Amino acid sequence: MADIAIPESTDLIPLDDAVTPAAADAHGHGDHADTGHGDSGHADSGAHATSTGLSNNKLAMWMFLGSECLLFGGLISTYMLYRGRHAGSPSPSQLYNLPLTSVSSFVLLMSSLTMVLAVSAAQRGDDRNTSTWLTVTALLGATFVGAQVFEFTEFYHEGLGFTTNLFGSSFYTLTGFHGVHVTVGIIMLMALVGIINRSKVPGNKAEVVEMIGLYWHFVDIVWIVIFTLVYLIPS
Amino acid sequence: MAIVERPVTPALARGGPSTPALVTPSSALGVFRRPVSSTGWRSWVFTVDHKKIGIMYGVVAFSFFIVGGVEALMIRLQLAMPNGKILSANAYNQMFTMHATTMIFLFVMPTAAAFSNYLVPLQIGARDVAFPRLNAFGFWCFLFGGVFLNTAWFLGGASDTGWFAYAPNTSVAFSPSHGVDFWALGLLITGIASLSGAINLIVTVLNMRAPGMSLMKMPIFTWMVLVVQFLLLFAIPVITVALFLLIFQRDFGAAFFSVDKGADPLLWQHLFWIFGHPEVYILVLPSFGIVSEVLPVFSRKPLFGYKFVVFAGAAIGFLGWGVWAHHMFASGLGPVSVAVFSVATMAIALPTGVKIVNWTMTLWGGKLRFTTAMMFAIGLILEFTIGGLSGVLHSVSPSDTQQTDTYFVVAHLHYVLFGGAVFGLFAGFYYWWPKVFGKMLSERLGKWNFWLMVLGMNMTFGPMHILGLQGQPRRMQIWTNARAGDGFFNGAFWNLVATIGSFILALGIFMFILNVFRTTRKGAAAPGDPWDARSLEWMTTSPPQEHNFDTIPHVHALDDFFHRKYEEDEETGEITQVSNYEEIMHELHDKADKQFHMPSPSYWPVVLALGLPIIAYGVIFNRLLAVFGAAIVMFAIFGWSLEPSVADESDYEPPSDDESTKELATIG
Amino acid sequence: MSTEHVVVTETGGSHDAVARDADHAEHEHGMTDKGYVVIAAILAAFTAAEVSLTYMHLPGWIFMTTLLTIMAIKFAMVVSYFMHLKFDNKIFTALFYSGLFLAIFVYSAALTTFHFFSPG
Repeated sequence: MADIAIPESTDLIPLDDAVTPAAADAHGHGDHADTGHGDSGHADSGAHATSTGLSNNKLAMWMFLGSECLLFGGLISTYMLYRGRHAGSPSPSQLYNLPLTSVSSFVLLMSSLTMVLAVSAAQRGDDRNTSTWLTVTALLGATFVGAQVFEFTEFYHEGLGFTTNLFGSSFYTLTGFHGVHVTVGIIMLMALVGIINRSKVPGNKAEVVEMIGLYWHFVDIVWIVIFTLVYLIPS
Repeated sequence: MAIVERPVTPALARGGPSTPALVTPSSALGVFRRPVSSTGWRSWVFTVDHKKIGIMYGVVAFSFFIVGGVEALMIRLQLAMPNGKILSANAYNQMFTMHATTMIFLFVMPTAAAFSNYLVPLQIGARDVAFPRLNAFGFWCFLFGGVFLNTAWFLGGASDTGWFAYAPNTSVAFSPSHGVDFWALGLLITGIASLSGAINLIVTVLNMRAPGMSLMKMPIFTWMVLVVQFLLLFAIPVITVALFLLIFQRDFGAAFFSVDKGADPLLWQHLFWIFGHPEVYILVLPSFGIVSEVLPVFSRKPLFGYKFVVFAGAAIGFLGWGVWAHHMFASGLGPVSVAVFSVATMAIALPTGVKIVNWTMTLWGGKLRFTTAMMFAIGLILEFTIGGLSGVLHSVSPSDTQQTDTYFVVAHLHYVLFGGAVFGLFAGFYYWWPKVFGKMLSERLGKWNFWLMVLGMNMTFGPMHILGLQGQPRRMQIWTNARAGDGFFNGAFWNLVATIGSFILALGIFMFILNVFRTTRKGAAAPGDPWDARSLEWMTTSPPQEHNFDTIPHVHALDDFFHRKYEEDEETGEITQVSNYEEIMHELHDKADKQFHMPSPSYWPVVLALGLPIIAYGVIFNRLLAVFGAAIVMFAIFGWSLEPSVADESDYEPPSDDESTKELATIG
Repeated sequence: MSTEHVVVTETGGSHDAVARDADHAEHEHGMTDKGYVVIAAILAAFTAAEVSLTYMHLPGWIFMTTLLTIMAIKFAMVVSYFMHLKFDNKIFTALFYSGLFLAIFVYSAALTTFHFFSPG
């Protein structure tokens, strides 16, 4: 539930919503007598060539990611403010299992590599490798989430519940929000693999893969920040 | 003649004159056929047409305006006399909270969204927005979120914490009903509407402009909308964080804002106002845009200093991020913070002043026509300036500390929001009504509307300056004669004046509703270009065709429509008419595109949006319900993702080479 | 990328903003798969360096500065190479980084009022 508001509603949507250039071109606009502009946007319902020459979907995705910076910024700040308030539970530095988190951070980092390889394969039109790399990415993501669940369970047994103190609440909220983002990403990746295998991707396949890739890398860079600010810097 | 092709129905596909084999309506998830109705309720519920969505935004938002207005009248009735007995303290708290929430989130923002949705594609010469289904989704989120918020009245009471919901008032101890939960979850849902709308409109403005329309040739309203959408894009996630923390505190046992658990209650204030101050500009900038369109048309002069108005708007949007803590001067931020935010706040008066000057200079020497729209626009300049001046007083922190939480603040914010935002929206109603509905609103009733509103608003909010400086606290449920004071500053007198004023104001708004009803029933049909206007949205039929433009116009100048009608002699500066609306329309019509596909209607936006309030009810009452809602959401997302934005080629009748092409029959 | 991509490079090339990119003929956004692996290896090395830093007992300010610098470099590398921002139109960069810097600005300012950065 936690994350219904942002990713589920907006992440998936832009993928196919804009009219894809291929589809619009196919209709042959016989009557544009005086085109003349390299960047002409005969914005029929969705523009087959846009005013900036950039894809609608990609613009939307980058804006969404810019917006997400303020979401995670707020959560990170909340954690920063409250990380020292851990009365009734072990302190962050006693609690954190640095080797485990380092390994899971590494796994997430490598999932960015496999994601980018999937995008690269998709741009070559190589469906088989696209599916393979997407699956590997999803598996690495699942490993990360698994490690997070394990970590949460450990912390809980060591005495840090969601409601124990402000440190606990803000820690679980921040990392939980991130975990939900990763989970949403995994669902999108797996759905995408299924759709590619059935050759049912609406619109431009390579672009759909690229969009999900951007989202996935964003989740990764958020973790780069969280890993350093939350785990490596002691309070 | 251009044909707008519509996806054919199965009936047509089987029995119609076209080649049946080619027509197989596309479906999502292999089961669901796309909706095809172009009449009846289905054509509205499943529409992705930006114009229909704009109209629906307007209608729903105006309904909430009436709700919020009734709440305001109840508040004023309670305060009309000493020892008011209309509302209990509890009901009174809910009333002012919901009044503010409704007016801000459910009236002004969505009405601005109505104008933006309807007008931006028309003003930039596009046939729709970049993401038509996302647009529909935004509207349904707003509608369902707004209804959800208001169902709190019947399910144990609405939020009673004031619209900025400071801790600790929002904790369960001080607000035990579910009101705050409804408030937080409802605002999250309407926040989705704002965020998706923001992304959609920014992409639309950046990517879908007609050929030749560079950014600096865009109509000023579109510019202001663009700035507002950027503010929304970056402000909504901040309030989202705050609302999530609040929900976690109330429903999941966290303690983010509980002082007794060691929390900093100021965290809420920061998060709220980092969102809240840009929000102020989100409310008022669309109206600035409307006024900047209305004044030049009725002055028969171009907008004075177009570039300055654009940059001033962008500067307001930018500076708006650095001033939030002036809402918190009384909270003990420390002298350095107060000084910094105080100076930043004073700075923001500069670009606002630039706009006022530009509007005044636009009027200067113009051939003024005092239509109702023009009067509302001039009304905005005057009333907003009053509100702006009292705002400058607030930027001076010692004076602000004196005025915090008094009626002086209430006076200020209503001059800014009512005299600024709402007057601008009414100017927009009168100005664009003929274009949107094809009928002229009565000018006679319009004048009644305007003058009653001006009189009413100044009688209501003017005395609040006096009441506030006399020390009447904001959000006070009751006052007594013992503390009313005497002479000119007698609080009893001014409270009564304010209450009478509020009813005059309500009468003024009633005049508008009356005007709408009369116009709809027997109003004169509007010509296509009744005001001799300047921008592209007037270069359409009234109301515009579904596809807006027969052919996408090529833009050569700012105020392109005006320059198609008039030519300026370069030496004498004399303006001569070279064409008129009919000729221009005829020309466009002759060049009409033969075929294009408009985005197809879809079930998924409304289904997806419907899942959200179900999740929200689930969070409050029963987690199982939330799971059910989440299932709907997931299902709708999959259906949506698998459905192409434009129906498949096979959904359309095959193009005919015949010159005598026909408009396809409407499919009901 | 198929059709869309052609549109982007062709029309993009006529814009001065991206004229430079057109010269690259845009092979996979100027990156090869091998290049991605190299980037990933560098990122992994940085992560290892970060973790090992925490086990050395450096003076506080050196530790913090190094750690935050490495974090920023990792962040920028993923954004520039994996997310292609380095090779893409500058509008994307502007949109994303305006959100990022706005977030850094407002939240740092808010934390400052809580005396978060004050010593002691």
